[in-house]
Amino acid sequence: MMLNYAGEILPSLMSGAWMTVQIFFWTLIISIPLGIIVSLGLRSRVAPIRWVLKFYVWLMRGTPLLLQLIFVFYGLPVVHIIFERYDAAIFAFILNYTAYFAEIFRGGFQAIPEGQYESAKVLRLTRWQTLRKIVIPQVVKIVVPSIGNETINLIKDSSLVYVIGLGDLLRAGNIAMSRDVTLLPLVMVGVIYLLMTAIATYLLRRIEQHYSTWR
Amino acid sequence: MLELKNITKRFDGRTIINNMNLTVPDGQILAIVGPSGAGKTTLLRCMSGLERIDSGEFRLDGQVFDPYENRDNDKVIGVVFQDFQLFPNLTVMENITLSPEMVLKQSKTEAEARAQELIDQLDLTGKETLHPFQLSGGQKQRVAIVRALAMNPKILCYDEPTSALDPDLRETVEKIILSLKASKMTQIVVTHDMSFAENIADQILRVEPIKPS
Ligand SMILES: Nc1ncnc2c1ncn2[C@@H]1O[C@H](COP(=O)(O)OP(=O)(O)OP(=O)(O)O)[C@@H](O)[C@H]1O
Ligand SMILES: [Mg+2]
Repeated sequence: MMLNYAGEILPSLMSGAWMTVQIFFWTLIISIPLGIIVSLGLRSRVAPIRWVLKFYVWLMRGTPLLLQLIFVFYGLPVVHIIFERYDAAIFAFILNYTAYFAEIFRGGFQAIPEGQYESAKVLRLTRWQTLRKIVIPQVVKIVVPSIGNETINLIKDSSLVYVIGLGDLLRAGNIAMSRDVTLLPLVMVGVIYLLMTAIATYLLRRIEQHYSTWR
Repeated sequence: MLELKNITKRFDGRTIINNMNLTVPDGQILAIVGPSGAGKTTLLRCMSGLERIDSGEFRLDGQVFDPYENRDNDKVIGVVFQDFQLFPNLTVMENITLSPEMVLKQSKTEAEARAQELIDQLDLTGKETLHPFQLSGGQKQRVAIVRALAMNPKILCYDEPTSALDPDLRETVEKIILSLKASKMTQIVVTHDMSFAENIADQILRVEPIKPS
């Protein structure tokens, strides 16, 4: 009986989960490179670039993601910037997570001693070669644990898109629950989130292991 | 032959090196000694292009060159840093071959063959695939020397090559420096250690801190 019911609602939960995965995927794949670029900008020699980016990071980290989401979807149309629900969600998430990633990468870049750049310079590597072959691998190793935390947060944060009416996993569970007056959908939603975070945790551990061959 | 002509270096208006003149003939070893703060490291950093000089010029084999700007394949000065500054993410072999491949455009095979020669010569055989954290201080230093040599420098500089090592490794460093001299490498060694300087050097330069006037 219960199994039958679970089987019945599973497809709608799965399509909700698919939405969650998409938001997760696009945010991660775009915010990480953007975060690296912003973190380099935060260390720029040009002061105005630093100010603007610092302000941006401050704003994004100092206000709730929920507010930013509502602002992008319901607020921006006031000034005739109109997003589809899905695009609004992705846009807000990228904006928010880029700021967090930038801050993490900034810390990572700061941890690389000046001597590494100097020894690369006397070996006549270009700036770009130095970044690519020496600095970025070391920064990545430093930031992987913090990026991992944010990644797990992102899976859970993605449920916030609920507020702009996007059909994600949480919404699918909620609909089934109010329609059928049972708690089972929410339990299933919880299990699916746990599965997703478990997979992410496993992948992150693999990445950390990959970087454990050197110190 | 390396010549320094009227080299002056200031930091924030404070003169660290004042009108220095100096000649280092090919294949010779110059030791730079002097108390802490005298500007030994600063001089080395100017020669290797890490600091810009305020006035004066460097000549290599009679030709003026600016180590701060010069990025040609020729006329290079190699540096072995006090704390070695190996790249922790790369293996010993990769540390050595990175620049020859990326800058001198040697093929991987070519770069590795040359690296292997130097590795064997400096008694690092078997360490090729290790990462720097797996090496002792003396081994790290030898990797740093090999890494610098692999770029075919005309001159090799060391900043305090004995300071980060156990005292009993001092002799090993002396032997390495003297064996490189035997293969005609011009070397400049900054050191606190007077007896070490006397053991290796053809020429000893004493520097003193400049008193603010
Ligand atoms: N980047 C810098 N900016 C300002 N002053 C500097 C800088 N680097 C060095 N100095 C100053 O220049 C002087 C010489 O420093 P340097 O490191 O060359 O001395 P040193 O002879 O190598 O000393 P030690 O034997 O302790 O290594 C010192 O007074 C130092 O404070
Ligand atoms: Mg010094």
